[in-house]
Amino acid sequence: MIEVEDIYFIYPSGVEALKGISLTIQNGEFIAIMGQNGAGKTTLVKHFNGLLKPAKGKVLIDRVETTKVSVATLARNVGFVFQNPDHQLFSETVEDEITFALRNFGFKENIIKKRVTWALNLLGLTQYRKTSPFMLSGGERKRVALASVLAWNPKILILDEPTIGQDYQQKEKLRQFILQMKTQRKTTIIVTHDVEFVAECNPRVLLMQDGKIVADGEARKVLTSPGVLTQASIVPPQVAQIFLQLPDLELPKNVIDIYEAQKILLNSLEKKAK
Amino acid sequence: MSVFDGLKFRKVYSPIHNLDPRIKFIYVCAIFAVAIIFGELLPLITLFLMQIPFVLLAGVKRQWLRSMRGAVFLATIIFLTNFIVAFMGGREIAQSLENAAAMTMRFIVLVESFSVFFLTTSPDHLGLALEQTHIPYEFCFAFTTAVRFVPVLAEEAQTIMDAQKARGLELERGNFLKRIRNYIPILIPLIISAIRRSLELAEAMESRAWGATKNRTNLYVLKIHRSDFVLVAITAGILATAIYVRLFFGIPSLNQLLGGLL
Repeated sequence: MIEVEDIYFIYPSGVEALKGISLTIQNGEFIAIMGQNGAGKTTLVKHFNGLLKPAKGKVLIDRVETTKVSVATLARNVGFVFQNPDHQLFSETVEDEITFALRNFGFKENIIKKRVTWALNLLGLTQYRKTSPFMLSGGERKRVALASVLAWNPKILILDEPTIGQDYQQKEKLRQFILQMKTQRKTTIIVTHDVEFVAECNPRVLLMQDGKIVADGEARKVLTSPGVLTQASIVPPQVAQIFLQLPDLELPKNVIDIYEAQKILLNSLEKKAK
Repeated sequence: MSVFDGLKFRKVYSPIHNLDPRIKFIYVCAIFAVAIIFGELLPLITLFLMQIPFVLLAGVKRQWLRSMRGAVFLATIIFLTNFIVAFMGGREIAQSLENAAAMTMRFIVLVESFSVFFLTTSPDHLGLALEQTHIPYEFCFAFTTAVRFVPVLAEEAQTIMDAQKARGLELERGNFLKRIRNYIPILIPLIISAIRRSLELAEAMESRAWGATKNRTNLYVLKIHRSDFVLVAITAGILATAIYVRLFFGIPSLNQLLGGLL
């Protein structure tokens, strides 16, 4: 469980990035943090594994305050995949890259082997096992970075912009994987600008603006509230936009799922035909 | 990364910022030369103190202090090596201490003057200055780009450190050799991303017609103002005094001075 109690954070340059954030994230929750650039999304999630410590307030991970333990200790339970994979890849082969963190955490060799195979398989990277990560495409490098974190099976997973550079198939796999995490009562937090991806997953959405949380709730509620979305420079998902722009048809306004939208529209057409 | 902070230009205006970068560079070189001319502690301390009015006038005290703090580590190494070598060479403790302090002071003066120069000169001005001294544009561009990318790379190094810490890397763990090895996961991504960045920059420049015309013109042209002549006079004065003192005066060591007092 993550508990954030009224935290403030100021960068050395003087920028006040977080201004009194409080929230609780239960085990097994799936959360999307959204907001315009510079809203403080990445700064907030960097507090969850202790990379940043709050200037004021407290962050507790499973009731342990982040200021009391090292990043490495927290990282065992909180996996963090950075936005740019090039900030972490350094090994000669994809396999070594995934092994790196497992060695840091002191896993036994036979377990390391199993975990590496599992992670490679999960992200469709098995054929690149012995390839240099630098020879891979941008999207593939991103998957290697993700695999290298998933390998140690953290209880909380933070993904910074996971959908950038991924094709539809990979996004769908990611969505399936996150749902699987949920069934295992594991927490997933994504920081993203990808409204359509969030609409498809329907997580709890935290909308941030200027270092504060301006909306917190179900995706179908937050992503269909034009007022707060405009404030945070976000456009509603396309399905929601259609429903919001057809007031005469008396359709529900909180639809973000394509299949649900299809059903509602068909019903409405049938009714009209009668 | 505080050393890099001390070299990072911030856009503010002060009499020092407005000085011509060429003249400022000559001044820095003069200070450099004077610091090399003298090996004694007293003149080097004087040289150090002489720069402080510049720092205050430029209003960059905070950043300058940060760069000084960043130099502490190297300064300590310089002090210790000099002291140990002099002491083992059979000199007295007091003499070895003063000699080591002088060498450290020389290093600090060099860092200090370069820091003031970079803190108060924008990379653009620097490029202009080089161009107007008829250095080929390719070299000027390479130089200004390098200067401009130092803080960017420092920031990137910080992100890489964060990313590897998030994967359980503990930089401070293990013996001396292990600690050095701990930096491999940071250095490799840093070097690779620098290379990748330079290739991208090259492509971006080519697509913006870099080098299309032989004779480039500039929107801004550097001109020498009255305040620049004042700095030239100050520089000449410092150099002349330094050479005069060096040639015609014996400089007492701090030990002799204190010994005389005692």
